Amino acid sequence: MLILQGALSLGLLWSLMTIGVFLTYRILEMPDLSVEGTIILGASMAASMIAADGDPMIATLAAAGVGCLGGLVTGILHTKFKIPPILAGILTMIGSYSVVIRILGTSNVSLLRIRTIFSPLVDIGLTNRNAVIAFGGAVVLGIGILLFWFFSTELGSAIRATGNNRQMVKAQGVNTDGMIILCLMISNGLVGLSGALIAQDQGFASVDMGAGTIVIGLASVIIAEVLFRVRSFWGRLISLVAGAIIYRLIIALVLEMGMAPTDLRLFQAITVAVALTLPIIRERLGKLTKRIGKGA
Amino acid sequence: MLVIENLNKTFNPGTPIENHVLHGVGLTLAKGDYVTLIGGNGAGKSTLLSSVAGTFLPDTGKISIDGVDVTHLSEHKRAVYLGRVFQDPMMGSAANMSIEENLALAYRRGQKRGLRWFITEKERILYREKLSILELGLENRLADKVGLLSGGQRQALTLIMATLKEPKVLLLDEHTAALDPKTAPKVLEIGSRIIDKYGLTTMMVTHNMKDAIRQGNRLIMMSSGRIVLDISGAEKSALTVKDLIAKFSLVSGEEFSGDQALLG
Ligand SMILES: Nc1ncnc2c1ncn2[C@@H]1O[C@H](COP(=O)(O)OP(=O)(O)OP(=O)(O)O)[C@@H](O)[C@H]1O
Ligand SMILES: [Mg+2]
Repeated sequence: MLILQGALSLGLLWSLMTIGVFLTYRILEMPDLSVEGTIILGASMAASMIAADGDPMIATLAAAGVGCLGGLVTGILHTKFKIPPILAGILTMIGSYSVVIRILGTSNVSLLRIRTIFSPLVDIGLTNRNAVIAFGGAVVLGIGILLFWFFSTELGSAIRATGNNRQMVKAQGVNTDGMIILCLMISNGLVGLSGALIAQDQGFASVDMGAGTIVIGLASVIIAEVLFRVRSFWGRLISLVAGAIIYRLIIALVLEMGMAPTDLRLFQAITVAVALTLPIIRERLGKLTKRIGKGA
Repeated sequence: MLVIENLNKTFNPGTPIENHVLHGVGLTLAKGDYVTLIGGNGAGKSTLLSSVAGTFLPDTGKISIDGVDVTHLSEHKRAVYLGRVFQDPMMGSAANMSIEENLALAYRRGQKRGLRWFITEKERILYREKLSILELGLENRLADKVGLLSGGQRQALTLIMATLKEPKVLLLDEHTAALDPKTAPKVLEIGSRIIDKYGLTTMMVTHNMKDAIRQGNRLIMMSSGRIVLDISGAEKSALTVKDLIAKFSLVSGEEFSGDQALLG
């Protein structure tokens, strides 16, 4: 029960990051590594503002804002300066580390015994865990509705089309560079928001909490796709949240089973590598069974 | 409608692979002109069309559409005036999106895209009506993903998309070349029907001499980046494939080497 609750609360907070990764990796068809940087940008922005007695709500919004800025930088590097997307993301990610230390003043800031965005819910009698679950759930639902609406509008649809066929969208008079930048900003804004909520949940923000974010994001996206195989945008959003929660559950379980926390990164990398090869394995298996079927 | 003046384009200037592709091309299309454009491989036909579309900036020259100088307008801005169909059927539509989504995208060419809902019920009626012109049954498949369509169906859809918002100039670059011999004439015929219906100013690149003679009111031949033949009206109607091949050999100084398939 404890494990489930933990996975649910963590999964909900991380699912915002997962949705951000999905927007670039699947909608824009452009893997974006800036998330490794923007998650700590968001976390450090929120943590330092809250530690300085700032309003947690404003601090969290500011975190989403710096996330957007990170996405803007990557977008400009890629579209205006023609830097390949992966490299543009890496540049933003590397640069973020220095910015984060500037924001934090040190390499980590503690939020112990400081009121966070979750505190009002604790005040009305919820446990810490449940407060995070309730607040996280509400935020995810709100963001989900917003995204569903946005990607059903003319602008959102132009972004979806840009990811699908840039040349054609340009021929239809769409400023594809603008669409790419906008999508990167939304994506990294969500990642920044995610980082801010995670920092307030765990009670600190540090420079190294972002490492491996992209792998966690991809793993959750792939879990969602493999397990649920839904096509509609709504269905995909819900499956992404489920994917993020299931991912947390898997991690909690392998730790419970005695895996050393330091081995976790290797485990994550292997999981994602295997998941990405699944389509090929499936195809080979399909051919094999066909051949066996013919032979029989 | 379309005025091209002294267009020069060199790819990779100052390098060993420098290639002077367009040599001072000048061309004026009157409103409603339907030009077929022929010429050997590498003659510069696609490059001419891409410079009109704004894929790259020409080194010298000026392009204006309906009196507007578009020479320095970015590709997506001048798309307002243009309809385009590419050779590759995959290029003209978004495979992961539905037929109606693709049409809605094209329907907003030249408009600001805002936060309005993407497809309205009223538009669907229009899309059904436009698709029914194709006689391919696509009007009953509005919600189907375009990736499910055949190359010919996709190319026909692209034609509808390119002309949904009436373009000032329609650019067709070998738009039937990738289709099988049975589908190609159908798509060609659909295109011509739409062009006639709206009197669209059109440039169509083709390698098929028969099509080049039969379609349109004007025929242009390019060779090594220059326009070497420009005939229209009765003179064009009187042309035969044999004449054209003779002219081709004369201007290019080589035997016409196209295989019979090209002669249709
Ligand atoms: N983007 C580019 N960069 C460099 N060279 C190019 C580029 N586009 C075209 N070329 C070169 O310009 C020349 C003319 O090409 P173009 O595509 O205009 O010919 P074409 O008349 O359309 O020929 P085809 O009938 O084979 O389509 C060719 O030598 C081609 O290699
Ligand atoms: Mg060509």
